[in-house]
Amino acid sequence: MTSLRVGVAGALVVVALVLQVAVFPHVAWEGVVPDFCLLVVVAAALVRGPEFAAALGFFAGLMLDLAPPADHVAGRWALALVVVGYVAGLMRQDTRTPATTVVATVAASSFVGTSVYALSGIVLGEPVGSFGDLTRVILVALLWDVLLTPLVLPGVMRLLARLEPASAR
Amino acid sequence: MPRRPDAFDERAARSRLRSRMIALVLACLTLMTLDHHPGPGSPLEPARDAMGSVFGPVESGTSSAIRPVTAIGNWFTTRRRMQDDIAELQSENSRLKAQQATSQYQRNQLAEYQGLTSAADTLRQALVPAHVVAYGPAQSFSRTVTIDAGSAAGVAPDQTVLNDDGLVGRVLRVTRTTATVLLIVDTESVVGGRVGASMKVGFLTGRGGLGDHGTLELQLVDQAAAPAEGDTVVTWGSKDGAPYVSGVPIGRVTAVYASLRESSQRAVISPYVDFGALDLVGVVVPSGTHSDRGLIEADGTLR
Repeated sequence: MTSLRVGVAGALVVVALVLQVAVFPHVAWEGVVPDFCLLVVVAAALVRGPEFAAALGFFAGLMLDLAPPADHVAGRWALALVVVGYVAGLMRQDTRTPATTVVATVAASSFVGTSVYALSGIVLGEPVGSFGDLTRVILVALLWDVLLTPLVLPGVMRLLARLEPASAR
Repeated sequence: MPRRPDAFDERAARSRLRSRMIALVLACLTLMTLDHHPGPGSPLEPARDAMGSVFGPVESGTSSAIRPVTAIGNWFTTRRRMQDDIAELQSENSRLKAQQATSQYQRNQLAEYQGLTSAADTLRQALVPAHVVAYGPAQSFSRTVTIDAGSAAGVAPDQTVLNDDGLVGRVLRVTRTTATVLLIVDTESVVGGRVGASMKVGFLTGRGGLGDHGTLELQLVDQAAAPAEGDTVVTWGSKDGAPYVSGVPIGRVTAVYASLRESSQRAVISPYVDFGALDLVGVVVPSGTHSDRGLIEADGTLR
């Protein structure tokens, strides 16, 4: 069961990554695409809590850092998504998560994720663009993520909840 | 009988979470330290290669599956832009309308390939045709794309990538079936350029920028010379054509300003290539390269 759970979560991340780099750039606003990987990590956090989500965030971030066409210092998205997994995991509730909480968590996670990524770039001396571009990217990414939440999160959360071990419910 | 969780269990769970978080954050920091200078010397390069050979085919497959759909979108944006100067382009517009009635997509592709063929002919260079299959998200603040030609097609790092409009970028790394290309609008990209009108040489640096608003900055080596607005800039070229061959059009000077601090003239270059809608590109390879696909030879013939 554990291996199935890990396999499904991994497959979700791979699908998210392909959507993010190969499909959605065609409808992107100035190159900003929805963070599907981040949405999967947030869904995992709301269903399974911070521990699982942070580990999944590390895996998803590593994929984003290494899969082509990425060319930044590896570990930057990994760090951003580990933080997202942890923060979003703190919002998990034992009962069914209300829709408003889900949307608020996605919005906060998107802001935190892109900001942590940009900050790590500033620390490492990698290019992050001007302040205006930076804020615009963060805001547009947040808008994208919130817009896609009703389409992505319910399905992913239901899938992950079905695979949850009975003892943890 | 199952025991109810008590305060002790909770504390244990919390300390386990804390130690796992510390481990994950340390792992990230280790990765960043190891990869501090991405490039051929990085210890993570084998991992990048492996990911490239796994994800490259997936990206190519996805991209070719959705290409007919995205081509429709391209056609609409092209038309919208044309409407800006409708008087000048009315005849062209009606031709496009006629094309819509016939097989729009194939015709566009044919025109693109024809453009690439004539580019090969003008530059006297052999080209490997390739499609852009994946784009780096703007959230990553770097301008890179994946193309669906790799070492099997004869592509190698530090080769010039162009399309029928002008210079696109250079190859950073290759796997067997894909290659990662650094676009010239990336802030880490530097291209040697030559102003067509005065033959003065200089360096073009990407200024980042989002979407198709990417621009370049030109600084001439001769600091007394000032390029004029509207001048064209072409590549200057390096030894053995790596990373850039000479004579590829880059863009047009749109603004000139004096930098007081460095007492030099800088110019803003608007590139000919529309980086928001990249599709078919060509990689400049040595003539006679062994390739797994049709090669556009220097005289414009397909081989």
